[in-house]
Amino acid sequence: MSADRIHDQGSAPRRLSPAPVLELDPLLDDPATRIVVCCGSGGVGKTTTAAALGLRAAERGRKVVVLTIDPARRLAQSMGIDSLDNTPRRVKGVEGDGELHAMMLDMKRTFDEIVEAHADPDRAAAILGNPFYQSLSAGFAGTQEYMAMEKLGQLRARDEWDLIVVDTPPSRSALDFLDAPKRLGSFLDGKLIRVLLAPAKVGGRAGMKFLNVGMSMMTGALGKLLGGQLLKDVQTFVAAMDSMFGGFRTRADATYKLLQAPGTAFLVVAAPERDALREAAYFVQRLAAEDMPLAGLVLNRVHGSGAAQLSAERALAAAENLEEPGIVDQDGGKAGLRNSPDTQGSSVSPAPDPEREAPTDADRTSDADHAPDAARTTGSGTATAKATATTPDAGVDTTGTTEPHADRAATTDADRTAASEADRAVDDLTARLLRLHAERMHLLSREQRTRDRFTALHPEVPVTEVAALPGDVHDLTGLRDIGNRLATERPELPEAADA
Amino acid sequence: MSRLQVVSGKGGTGKTTVAAALALALATAGKRTLLVEVEGRQGIAQLFETEALPYEERKIAVASGGGEVYALAIDPELALLDYLQMFYKLGGAGRALKKLGAIDFATTIAPGLRDVLLTGKACEAVRRKDRNGRFVYDYVVMDAPPTGRITRFLNVNDEVAGLARIGPIHNQAQAVMRVLKSPETAVHLVTLLEEMPVQETADGISELRAAKLPVGRVIVNMVRPEVLDEDGLELVRTVTRSSVARSLSTAGLGGARRGGRAERLVDPLLAQAEEYAERYALEHEQRAVLDELGLPLHELPLLAEGMDLAGLYQLANELRKQGIA
Repeated sequence: MSADRIHDQGSAPRRLSPAPVLELDPLLDDPATRIVVCCGSGGVGKTTTAAALGLRAAERGRKVVVLTIDPARRLAQSMGIDSLDNTPRRVKGVEGDGELHAMMLDMKRTFDEIVEAHADPDRAAAILGNPFYQSLSAGFAGTQEYMAMEKLGQLRARDEWDLIVVDTPPSRSALDFLDAPKRLGSFLDGKLIRVLLAPAKVGGRAGMKFLNVGMSMMTGALGKLLGGQLLKDVQTFVAAMDSMFGGFRTRADATYKLLQAPGTAFLVVAAPERDALREAAYFVQRLAAEDMPLAGLVLNRVHGSGAAQLSAERALAAAENLEEPGIVDQDGGKAGLRNSPDTQGSSVSPAPDPEREAPTDADRTSDADHAPDAARTTGSGTATAKATATTPDAGVDTTGTTEPHADRAATTDADRTAASEADRAVDDLTARLLRLHAERMHLLSREQRTRDRFTALHPEVPVTEVAALPGDVHDLTGLRDIGNRLATERPELPEAADA
Repeated sequence: MSRLQVVSGKGGTGKTTVAAALALALATAGKRTLLVEVEGRQGIAQLFETEALPYEERKIAVASGGGEVYALAIDPELALLDYLQMFYKLGGAGRALKKLGAIDFATTIAPGLRDVLLTGKACEAVRRKDRNGRFVYDYVVMDAPPTGRITRFLNVNDEVAGLARIGPIHNQAQAVMRVLKSPETAVHLVTLLEEMPVQETADGISELRAAKLPVGRVIVNMVRPEVLDEDGLELVRTVTRSSVARSLSTAGLGGARRGGRAERLVDPLLAQAEEYAERYALEHEQRAVLDELGLPLHELPLLAEGMDLAGLYQLANELRKQGIA
């Protein structure tokens, strides 16, 4: 089907209670914006959104680095980089004066770097070789989140880029990434560590005797629980890290403050699904509680329809009407169908629609509603009767094409048979198009409901919607397309997306 | 049929829904299943439309034929205190540990300990017997972490066992690992017919296999109905606008002439069909990828009205029909 058919569809706004529109270009263009954090639950397109925003900002002239956490291979490839690593790599093919760099967090490497930077070589080697350290840094709960924040702090401190776009770890909950650094920071700097380090230090003081009893009970308990060897590993680790502990909390605090700074903007990413939006709502509340600057909500994978004026119910009723079994097989049934009460009742379509010519006759479009053609009407009954006689299975053949059986006997009757067969095929197709539409309309209303719930809870949060794509992103063009969709006010509707 | 059924899947594929439907499906004919949540999201409570689940096994649904579904949201902190109490009678010391942040440490940061506690609790439920020596639960279904983390989550016992070479944690980890790597366990992966989830499923399966964890089935969730087949799609490409307009008009949707109500529907309807065609081709490719995995493949339909309790029972029936339960 030619592309020119798909052109001038009016968009049908569906929003019932408009939320303010999130305008991303001004945000990306503003030199004061230094950090954009994309957060949200898993599977909502967070990483892709981060990459698309990075590319857009770069092509609008900024020097950008995108920090991804766990990108799908294809996303890395879409930026022309086969495997992203812990060092920012320049992405080729970016248009304009800006630059795009991309990297993937390697949490173990990042942790190692901190150790190497803060301990003398011997001590660093001791830490890096410690079994407890190796497990801790290889990625258990919290480490990834902490290291993501650590990396963000480092990138910001280098001041080589004027915009950093950060993706957040695929946590079990979007909120983890705010909490985990604090937890790890307070562990590494906390009471427990001091207990493990040196019960003797505490025990010496007067008035601490009671506490001391608790302590020995507790190291005893830990020993029982973890096994003496693990406890020893932990203690060795802690002793080696001693000088660095203060640093961890300080660093965690500094990054936390960075996130609250005016140059930072949080984008909550979600899909119009119940769970994703509920998670988004929690996140919005949490950001507010933490004084973190929320720019708005990016709603990915929103569906639209160019035919939103046709409700699901009407579409289904019409489809059933076309599918009504038996009618087209009866003598004169075609005419009967064409004279169905629905058609007669329609104000636009004057009643008896005649038997149709072969559907390839496009010229008839303009007058199809008028001028019942006497000649064709009279032929109708015979043609259908013949059809039943000559091709007994025609009635169930719903897969016919518009190409009538040209190789068959080229009699007028055969042509008519083919024509009515083709009509049935078109009716069947139309019924399916209508069912497809009903399905789309159901989806739309479901999305609308979940979105309305979010908007009702957080009417102040600006929203941008991104139309659903049938497939995944494979290259910069795909990312650029998403960037366009992100920045435009309303999602392009399906027909525009096809052009 | 394995008695511990672990359900994982990429974020957004509906693994909690599938886990819940599976628990319902397995609870037929007087059987009792336990549905376990390990990520503290209270997804099960939301699905069954009940209040938040406490750290306690409670009945949340009755299946057809008198079966029962119990649910448990495992809280790692409470599980640890439980564990300490059970094995060491550390009531007071447990509180002291909590005060010092040791429990917090142990359950959120300590390498793998949290995961040992979570899997350990599930394995304990699998093995638990009543006074008559019968299993308390016929099946335990776990709503597990997503595909990207599932192998590490289940295999973490190995890592802990390596780290804590002796001691009770070591023993506990070993015991849990024996259950997880036995035929008593099956790990199912939920996916959608989309590129990224399918890729992640394939990667997840290789990881699970490499770790010698028993892979069960692949469940394709939210499968949309086939509205147009190959022939229909061919016709979409060749049909004339005017004939569709006339057909719409016949169906009572207004005039077929240019600018008529029916005629104005033609372009958007055909555009939607083309979108469908594109998706159809992609889904076809992804099905082929899934077929190559050599695992039993099941499909669950997308529920037009969204997920609710009725839909959950519908999916459970579907799973039963497909012989998964």
